[in-house]
Amino acid sequence: MKKSHTFYIGVFVSLAYSGVASALSFETLPEPPMDLVVIDTPDDAGNSVELDWALSGTDIFNPLIENASDTDPSTIVATYSIERKVSDANGSELDESDLNWQKVSEAGAGESHWTDRTVERGWTYDYRICSVDNQGDSSTWCNGEPVTPVMQIFNMSKAWLAIFMLIFGGFIAYFINQARAGKPLWVRKIAGLEAIDEAVGRATEMGRPVLFVAGIQDINEIQTLAGLTVLSRVAKTAAEYGAQIEVPTCRSLVMAAARETVEAAYLSAGAPDAYQPDKIHYLTDEQFAFVAGVTGYMVREEPAACIYMGGFYAESLILAETGNHIGAIQVAGTAMPSQLPFFVASCDYTLIGEEFFAASAYLSGDPLQIGSLKGQDYGKFFSVLILVIGIFFASIISLSDSEDGLAVDSLNYINNNMLGSEGLGSFGGGDTDIEGDDS
Amino acid sequence: MKRTVPLIIAIVAGFVLLIANFIPFAEDWGLTAQEWFNILAVGAMILGGGNLVKLHLMKISGQRKGWGYSVVTIGCFVGTLIFGLFKIGVHPNEIYPNVGWSGYYLEGGSGLWWIYQHMIVPLTSMMFAMLAFYVATAAFRAFRAKNTEATLLLVTAGVVLLGQTYAGVWLFEGWLPESMQWLRFDHLTEWVMNIPNTGGTRAITIGIALGVVATSLRILLGVDRSYLGQD
Repeated sequence: MKKSHTFYIGVFVSLAYSGVASALSFETLPEPPMDLVVIDTPDDAGNSVELDWALSGTDIFNPLIENASDTDPSTIVATYSIERKVSDANGSELDESDLNWQKVSEAGAGESHWTDRTVERGWTYDYRICSVDNQGDSSTWCNGEPVTPVMQIFNMSKAWLAIFMLIFGGFIAYFINQARAGKPLWVRKIAGLEAIDEAVGRATEMGRPVLFVAGIQDINEIQTLAGLTVLSRVAKTAAEYGAQIEVPTCRSLVMAAARETVEAAYLSAGAPDAYQPDKIHYLTDEQFAFVAGVTGYMVREEPAACIYMGGFYAESLILAETGNHIGAIQVAGTAMPSQLPFFVASCDYTLIGEEFFAASAYLSGDPLQIGSLKGQDYGKFFSVLILVIGIFFASIISLSDSEDGLAVDSLNYINNNMLGSEGLGSFGGGDTDIEGDDS
Repeated sequence: MKRTVPLIIAIVAGFVLLIANFIPFAEDWGLTAQEWFNILAVGAMILGGGNLVKLHLMKISGQRKGWGYSVVTIGCFVGTLIFGLFKIGVHPNEIYPNVGWSGYYLEGGSGLWWIYQHMIVPLTSMMFAMLAFYVATAAFRAFRAKNTEATLLLVTAGVVLLGQTYAGVWLFEGWLPESMQWLRFDHLTEWVMNIPNTGGTRAITIGIALGVVATSLRILLGVDRSYLGQD
């Protein structure tokens, strides 16, 4: 080979090398996300998959980047592109497209989690993720392990809830059986419920109606049902005394149910002819329009007794104060903690929370129902016991200023597993920030 | 039969919702039950509307006391119904420009939108604003220092009221020693709200939760049937 040829080849090779090198050194692709972890969502029906990844090194929301402002602007991550393909359809027929990588979602910069809710139970999926910058350039792919979503038989995150319910249900069943066997059960007097007969009697003497409001919630709410059980008693007493009862409702279904309740009460009181279905009527679903209707009735007709039993919101005070102004005897019951102070301030008697739910059993005098109240009391005792144990461990931790040990593990377990959503779990496995926890 | 069928429906629906909470396979059952309820509620709306019209028409025809209000109610009811059903003032949807009623029923500027924005919203706000006066009258009655408990309530309420305003800080500025700063109304308010108030609320909430479970069990087991009109 001639010397001149050797020279030209050398120049060509060096130019080609420098071209490749420069292309490599000015490559402006974003860095890929890392450590893609794909798991079947625990405690579900096998219809979702969870994806977690570590943020890209050029994602300015990545807390591991010390100087985000130094990041090359052309490589800053705009989104993460997530692709999926089916590797095993568990015997089902598949479209050709499902066997190839398909984009299923996009996550924004700074996001490191996504849940795929479009999976089929029993199929095996592969996932991969890449970062995409503002120019649309994609990084290399980060692949995850294949995953097969399966259905769990029992939602283990609610294991402790199930245990508490069984214990609580066991108490109730036990005391119902005790009552059935004839064992006398004592229940303290509830002044508010004792006052209902007095209120209806007063209305009868004055020849004025009794107003009953079963809250503003629909029939699928437990407070409305509890209200209707009290209505049953009020209607029966009114029928026996010959008093008139007025029941405006905020929901059509509540009106239908209340009519059945009142009709049956009049029937059992031996006064079916006195039942007037039009006295149980629908006003409106609108909260304040309902209040305007009821308070208008109160001011015009001046009922002698006003009974509010059910779920109430801001309208509670308007109702109770109007009743107070017309001089009616008022009894209220609700399980809305924020409305209780208003009722306490304006009504003669107030059933607070659990008293309201106990009303049905208390008023019926039925030993079976009274037994359930007794069971409820033991459930309360059990709850207080757990509270005391929690307070004991929290006090030890606070006094000793320790960050690990039996007390910390115990408190973590109570917080995360028994009262939280980590299920039965393992003792000592939690890592709750006790200082910042106010649950 | 009239009581047995509703009882069975209540028990079955209750158990379905209970099971759906713990068994992943059944989690859709709860949603289905909720959809059934929504369908029933829509049907019942016709029942409620019919009842409303019937009662007010009876009142008008009998010219009973306050029948003028019933005329207003029926007028508003029918007017709103017409504006809503016939989509008066609603422009056709861009996708279906030739279909007269294809627009959104609450489109800005439409008749129903106008009724909502200029009648329902102000009236609702007016009712809500009246709460302030009712709070004042209720507070006046509740805070009278009749006995020890009422006096304690009055003092606590006074501290919390002042503590929520700048007066809670201003009153103690400049003269209260550093070691006594906890006596400032804003600090006392924080303590009252975080410790006794939270404790009391939680006690009530736990009682309510247990009451809900006990009532639900009574209904699910068929022990309590009073909501159906039976003792």
